Amino acid sequence: MQAIKITDLTYIYSKKTPSEKVALAGVNLSINEGEFVTVVGHTGSGKSTLVQHLNGLIKAQTGVVEICGIPTSNKKNLKQLRFDVGMVFQYPEYQLFEDTVAKDVAFGPKNMKLSKEEIDKRVRRAMDLVGLPYETFAERSPFELSGGEKRRAAIAGVIAMEPKILVLDEPFAGLDPIGVKEITELVLKLKREICPTVVMVTHNMDSACELADRIVALCDGKIVADGSPKEVFGDRNLIKEIGLDVPFVARVVDRLEEEGISLDKTILTIDELTSALEEYKKLKGGDGNV
Amino acid sequence: MFKDVSFGQYYPANSPIHRMDARVKLIITLMFVVGIFFIKSYFGFMLTAALLITIVLVAKLPIGSVLKSVRGVLFIVAFTALINLFLGGENGSEILWSWKKLVITVSSVHTTIKMVLRLVLLITGASLLSLTTTPVALADGVESLLSPLRLIKVPVRDIAMIMSIALRFIPTLFEETHKIIAAQKSRGAAFDTGGPLQRAKALLPVLIPLFVNSFRRADELAFAMDSRCYNATDNRTKMKVAKIGLADCISSLVMSGYFVVIMLDRYFWCGLVDTLMFGGLV
Ligand SMILES: Nc1ncnc2c1ncn2[C@@H]1O[C@H](COP(=O)(O)OP(=O)(O)OP(=O)(O)O)[C@@H](O)[C@H]1O
Ligand SMILES: [Mg+2]
Repeated sequence: MQAIKITDLTYIYSKKTPSEKVALAGVNLSINEGEFVTVVGHTGSGKSTLVQHLNGLIKAQTGVVEICGIPTSNKKNLKQLRFDVGMVFQYPEYQLFEDTVAKDVAFGPKNMKLSKEEIDKRVRRAMDLVGLPYETFAERSPFELSGGEKRRAAIAGVIAMEPKILVLDEPFAGLDPIGVKEITELVLKLKREICPTVVMVTHNMDSACELADRIVALCDGKIVADGSPKEVFGDRNLIKEIGLDVPFVARVVDRLEEEGISLDKTILTIDELTSALEEYKKLKGGDGNV
Repeated sequence: MFKDVSFGQYYPANSPIHRMDARVKLIITLMFVVGIFFIKSYFGFMLTAALLITIVLVAKLPIGSVLKSVRGVLFIVAFTALINLFLGGENGSEILWSWKKLVITVSSVHTTIKMVLRLVLLITGASLLSLTTTPVALADGVESLLSPLRLIKVPVRDIAMIMSIALRFIPTLFEETHKIIAAQKSRGAAFDTGGPLQRAKALLPVLIPLFVNSFRRADELAFAMDSRCYNATDNRTKMKVAKIGLADCISSLVMSGYFVVIMLDRYFWCGLVDTLMFGGLV
C-alpha cells in the first residue's frame, strides 16, 4: 500500500510580494509502506518544505498530498494525521519544555487522549528504545541532559505517539561522527520496531546511503533523481550538477580513478571497495600498490 | 499566527526614499507627527494625504503593505470614531439624529471624520518610516540623534547597541516561535480550542522553550562579543557612514514647506481655504 502519495505539489512562500520564493515546483512522489526514503538536495532546495507537507503543517497550495489514502487537506482528520506521521525537526532538542523527561515524552500521547496506563507504557517503551532507560532518566530535567541525550529525549517524544510514518529533518545536524553513528543505529531500530515507513532529510550522504532503500534528490523545488543509492550516486555528473557531496567511499573511488585505477562507479561501501580492489589486483597481476 | 506582524516590516525597494539618511527620515517623521495634530481643516488633511501618496509612489511601495499597518489599528480607530460621534459635538450645533440621551450633531460628525483622518494618516505616515528603513539603520539614526545626551553621561552607545540587538533578533524570535509551534503541533498540541485558561496553558509548551533558547542565545552572543573585545567606546567606528544626499535636502525642504502651510492654515487662514473649496458645506 502507498503510505505517501504526492501529486503535482507546488508551494510558494510569501506569494505576491517581492520576496516571493518558489520552494516546490510540481513534485510527484509515491512512497510505499515499509520503504526508507532519504531526501537530499543542496541548501534551500525545498526539502524541509516538502516534509512539512506530510503531516499537514503546511497546507498544499496546489496539488494533493495523501497519507495512507487520505488527503491532508481533510480538516477532520488533521489531529489523527499528526499522530500518524511523527515529525522530528532539525534540532528537536530546542522544543523540550517539561520539568522532567518522562513528562515531556508524555506530551504527545497525552494529546492523543490515551489512558494513563497506556501513556505510561508508551513513555517507558519510547525512552528505552532511544537509549534513555526509564529508571535513570524519567525524573531528570530535560535541560540538564547532554546535547545527544536531549536529542534522544526529543525523538522519544515523537516515538511515544507510535506513528506509522516517521519523518526526520536533519537528525544529524550538529553531531560528531560518534553521535551520527548512534542516531543512525537508532533510526534503524525505530524503523524495525515502531514505524515501518521512514522519510529522512539529510546532508550527510554517507548516512543517506547506509540507511536508505531509496534516495530522492531535490534541486530548486523539483525532483531531479529518484532511485536506489547506487543509481543516484552512480550518476556523478548529475550529482555534481545539483551541487551534492558524494559519499566517502565514492570519493575514494573517484580519487583512485585519478590515479589510473578505474573501478565500478556504484561502489558505496567499504566491503564492496575492498573486494573490487582485490579483484583489480588479481587482474593486474598483483603489483599491490593501492 | 504570527505572520501578520507589520511592525518593523521593512519593504525592500530601490528608491530615493529608501536611500535617504535615517536621521533625516526620523526628524521628518517627527515633524509630520507633530504637524498632524495642528491640522484642523479638511484642506490640511487633503494636503497630508497628497504628501503621503507622493511618498508611497516615489518609494515604490505597494498599497497593500501600507494599508496593512492601518488594518492593525482599525479597531481603535472605529472605537474612537464611535465615541466622538456621540460625544464630540459642540453645544448648540444642529442635531441630525437623537435617541434618548444619544445625540449626533453636525459638528460631531465633522469631529469624527477629522479624528479618523488624523489617526489613519498618522499611522500611515509613521509606518512609511519603518517600511523604507531597515531596523539597523533606524537604530543607528537614533543613536546619532541622541548622541548629544552623551554629554550628560547617558550611555547612548550601549542603548543603541541594545536596541539594534533587540531589533536584529525580532525576526529570529518569530522564526523560532514558528518552528516551536510547528514542532508542538506535530505532537498534537492544539492552540485554538478550549476556554481561555486552556488556551493560555497550551502556550506553555511554546513559551518555555522560547525563553530557554533566548537565554542560551543571549549567553552565546555575549560570549562572542566579549571574545572579540567589544566595548562601546569612542574608538568604535561605523561600517556604513551615513551621508546627507540630494534626496535628504529635497525632502527636508518639502517637509518644511508642508509644515509652514499647515501652521499658516491653522493660525492665519483659519479655515478660509475650506470655505473657499467646499463652500457652505463645512
Ligand atoms: N518561512 C519562509 N518564508 C519565506 N521563504 C522561505 C521560508 N522557509 C523557507 N523559505 C525558502 O524556501 C526555499 C526552500 O526552503 P527549505 O527550508 O524547504 O529548504 P531546505 O532544502 O530544507 O534547505 P536546508 O537544507 O538549508 O534546510 C528556500 O529558498 C528558503 O529560502
Ligand atoms: Mg531544511
